[in-house]
Amino acid sequence: MKPTDIKDPEYFHKVVDCQYACPAHTPVPEYIRLIAAGKYTEAYMINWDSNVFPGVLGRTCDRPCEPACRRGRVDEEPVAICRLKRVAADNKDDVKKFMPQGPFTPNGKKVALVGAGPASLTVARDLAPLGYELHLYDEQKKGGGFMRSQIPSFRLPETVLDEEVNYILDLGIHTHFNQYVSSLKELLSKDYDAVFVGSGAPKGRDLDIPGRKEASANFHIGINWLANVAFEHTNKIGKNVIVLGGGNTAMDCCRTARRLGGQNVKVIVRSPFAEMKASPWEKEDAMHEDIPIIDNHVPKSFVIEEGKLKGMMFEKVHAVYDDAGKRKLVPTGEAEVFYPADDVLCAIGQENSFPWIERDLGIEFDKWELPTVDLVTHASTNPKVFFGGDAAWGPKNVITAVAHGHQAAVSINNFCQGIDLNKRLDPMVNLVSAKMGIHEWSYDSEVVSDDRYVVPQADKKLTLSNRKKEVELGFNRLTGFKEAERCLNCDVQTVFTESKCIECDACMDVCPTACITFTENAEEESDLRNMLKMPAKNKTQDIYVSDTLPTKRVMVKDENVCLHCGLCAERCPTSAWDMQKFFYNVTKTHTGCHKN
Amino acid sequence: MSYVRPKFRHPELPKNKLGYTIDYYEGTLSTLCAGCGHDSISAAIIQGCYEMNIEPHRLAKLSGIGCSSKTPAYFLSNSHGFNSVHGRMPSVATGANMANRDLIYFGVSGDGDTASIGMGQFVHAIRRNLNMVYIVMNNGCYGLTKGQDSATADAGSKNKTGQVNLFESIDLASLAIELGATYVAQSFSGDKAQLVPLIKAAMKHPGFAFINVISPCVTFNNNVGSTKSYDHVRQHVEATATMDFVPEMQEITTSYGEGSTKQVKMHDGSYISLHKLSEDWDPLDRQSAMNAVLNAKAKNEILTGLLYVDPQTEDLHHLLQTSDKPLNTLTKEELCPGSEALKDINAGLR
Repeated sequence: MKPTDIKDPEYFHKVVDCQYACPAHTPVPEYIRLIAAGKYTEAYMINWDSNVFPGVLGRTCDRPCEPACRRGRVDEEPVAICRLKRVAADNKDDVKKFMPQGPFTPNGKKVALVGAGPASLTVARDLAPLGYELHLYDEQKKGGGFMRSQIPSFRLPETVLDEEVNYILDLGIHTHFNQYVSSLKELLSKDYDAVFVGSGAPKGRDLDIPGRKEASANFHIGINWLANVAFEHTNKIGKNVIVLGGGNTAMDCCRTARRLGGQNVKVIVRSPFAEMKASPWEKEDAMHEDIPIIDNHVPKSFVIEEGKLKGMMFEKVHAVYDDAGKRKLVPTGEAEVFYPADDVLCAIGQENSFPWIERDLGIEFDKWELPTVDLVTHASTNPKVFFGGDAAWGPKNVITAVAHGHQAAVSINNFCQGIDLNKRLDPMVNLVSAKMGIHEWSYDSEVVSDDRYVVPQADKKLTLSNRKKEVELGFNRLTGFKEAERCLNCDVQTVFTESKCIECDACMDVCPTACITFTENAEEESDLRNMLKMPAKNKTQDIYVSDTLPTKRVMVKDENVCLHCGLCAERCPTSAWDMQKFFYNVTKTHTGCHKN
Repeated sequence: MSYVRPKFRHPELPKNKLGYTIDYYEGTLSTLCAGCGHDSISAAIIQGCYEMNIEPHRLAKLSGIGCSSKTPAYFLSNSHGFNSVHGRMPSVATGANMANRDLIYFGVSGDGDTASIGMGQFVHAIRRNLNMVYIVMNNGCYGLTKGQDSATADAGSKNKTGQVNLFESIDLASLAIELGATYVAQSFSGDKAQLVPLIKAAMKHPGFAFINVISPCVTFNNNVGSTKSYDHVRQHVEATATMDFVPEMQEITTSYGEGSTKQVKMHDGSYISLHKLSEDWDPLDRQSAMNAVLNAKAKNEILTGLLYVDPQTEDLHHLLQTSDKPLNTLTKEELCPGSEALKDINAGLR
């Protein structure tokens, strides 16, 4: 195999599993180290620059970083990255002075942002300091989009959301709340230089089975119902509630129902429990609030008596998988079962919907009525119109919407300045030695063995009686420190210089996880992977191959379970191994931070 | 201070026949200099014991004084150990072996501990064919006292300060062959592929098994002009043969060219399998072993691999005709058979 090109920033980026998995590529280990050092404000600002809503995400993120976390491959559970983010948000000092300070000198360009959710707000934050005049439209009375309408207050207090939305609005954004954009044509006819569509996926899926019409009074589309609760149009529900669906919206619905008077709330889902779309921790939280999750039940009909909803009938199924692993739900043949219900909440999915976009504006739509959007530039087929967040490619999550926002802002800026949309800046990268002394590194190289700490919760009696009472209390500073210490510092890279190596094998002998092998080279990667001290079976993780050494061998390091403990570098007599801190930051239109 | 070994290991580490993963054979984290050859030898010992399915409590580590003699702390933490007086490890090993013949005795020594202060003990342990493994971690200098030339430093070898050694070196391997050691091997710390099978076979050998391992001192004797540096050894190393140790009952699968392979059957049915044998060398013949070492030396080469083995040898217990049962397990009844038995013995002497 050819030597690994470590000059390519993506090689080491991939080693930082959490950051690589994060759609916004937040420098996770960097802010976790700052939290351990008690530098909460700095940790917050690293986050704010990258993901814009640290307080919101520290409570509600889908956490793609955690399943990716290297610790999960050597220990039972990954680092509680998400809840550490909240520690930074909870304990920070004044952060506003580190943010861009307006008023900004206008650059003469005007941009309209449709929908005040995370995607549009991110575009606004990235463009405002450059002098853009930004007009933000939303049908609700406040900004935040689905962060406000769909995430219940017991998971995300309104104060936290208001704070982070206001950091952006305070940059001088022109808000047009309570204003539903009903025609893109009309918007385009105004003198906007560009339009960003971040209007989400606002249409909840309905359920077309017998009795649906008759049940209308007590049948609610989940996301609409949650929005009605959030904006206080709805404040009660029946005693017996069935929630249909197995995603996070279903979890939010059932838990909200418990707080509005639902005593006997059940989640009933078609798929097997293990395959539900909801995050495991959200399922746990629901079950903790006495909500049973009944899996493998397909809804068949509504039972109506005297014009009133009595319950629903379900067919029992079990999952069968074909050779390709494709799932099919096959009826067990048992009799249909009845579950009583006063109200039914339907959270079986949501879709994009663009009734307000005329089809003669040069914006191409595919057969699923989704706009054609460039995966990199977020541009539609109308050069002035850009899409991001759920509106672009369907429902995802907040952090994905933020990542879209950053990239759309780059495109909009390029477009307005007459620069090719594909001319995008490389990430900001830095790689510098962490060596401070014989056994001293600029990071805590000691790998602690602590198990993952559990986030404490408020008393159930209290939280179930008050819809707005936040359930999770968050880590205190001490627990936050201990959890932060579990981070393996994957961004402190093992960098090998073959010209210094004397092939003493010290690194290979000391490595606790048998990552390093000196071996003859092989033509094919798959062969070389099998020639290692421990075969490198995890193909999703790269192997680091050196140039040929004097004995005609090569050094091969399997990145898979490297603990970044630095022992290879400590036992290296010639510093052929060095631990070097790698920093990778996605380039945005503005750094997001204001230097004092 | 960050010098702490993490608890985590590779999650897919294979288990040996006893159900142990290799980390069960580890010791504490080495405090020797970074890059010390001795650490590689420790790793080879760990590997060998793991592969041989040694129950750690069936093995005793013994050592004297020196960098090398510190290493038993760095392997087999679950085994017995005795760090003795400088050069006196063979006496302790002899005593322990006499008291309990059931353990594997694993002696670790250095060039100072063996070729200088401990020479008298070393040669007599060989003479007695004490059943033990005796490894010398040989770096040609006194690393613990800042690198003075030791008795194994070659004449003409240059030390770190630029001084050339005037004296002839003691060649421990030829000395061991000369004195009648029944298993003699030589190796290099940087060649685990060779060292691990040598250690495994040595543990199976029923007599004195000696392995002289060139182990560069990275701090004091790894300079240009030294004959014990990584570079010099790599450039001048020559092997008697490629060696595999084949445990008993295992089918031999590797095939080599006709005429270049030799199987040496050990007393317990295991094999030493040798391939690509050097010319005019027979591992079972002392004289040819001696010649091979001397010829290599004349060519300025370091001969490694198995040099000589007498697989059917008989150890000290056999020579002394001691009891088959370890002495330390004999009960009072067995040791003091009573006045009737004494009468019989006395009668026999009349």
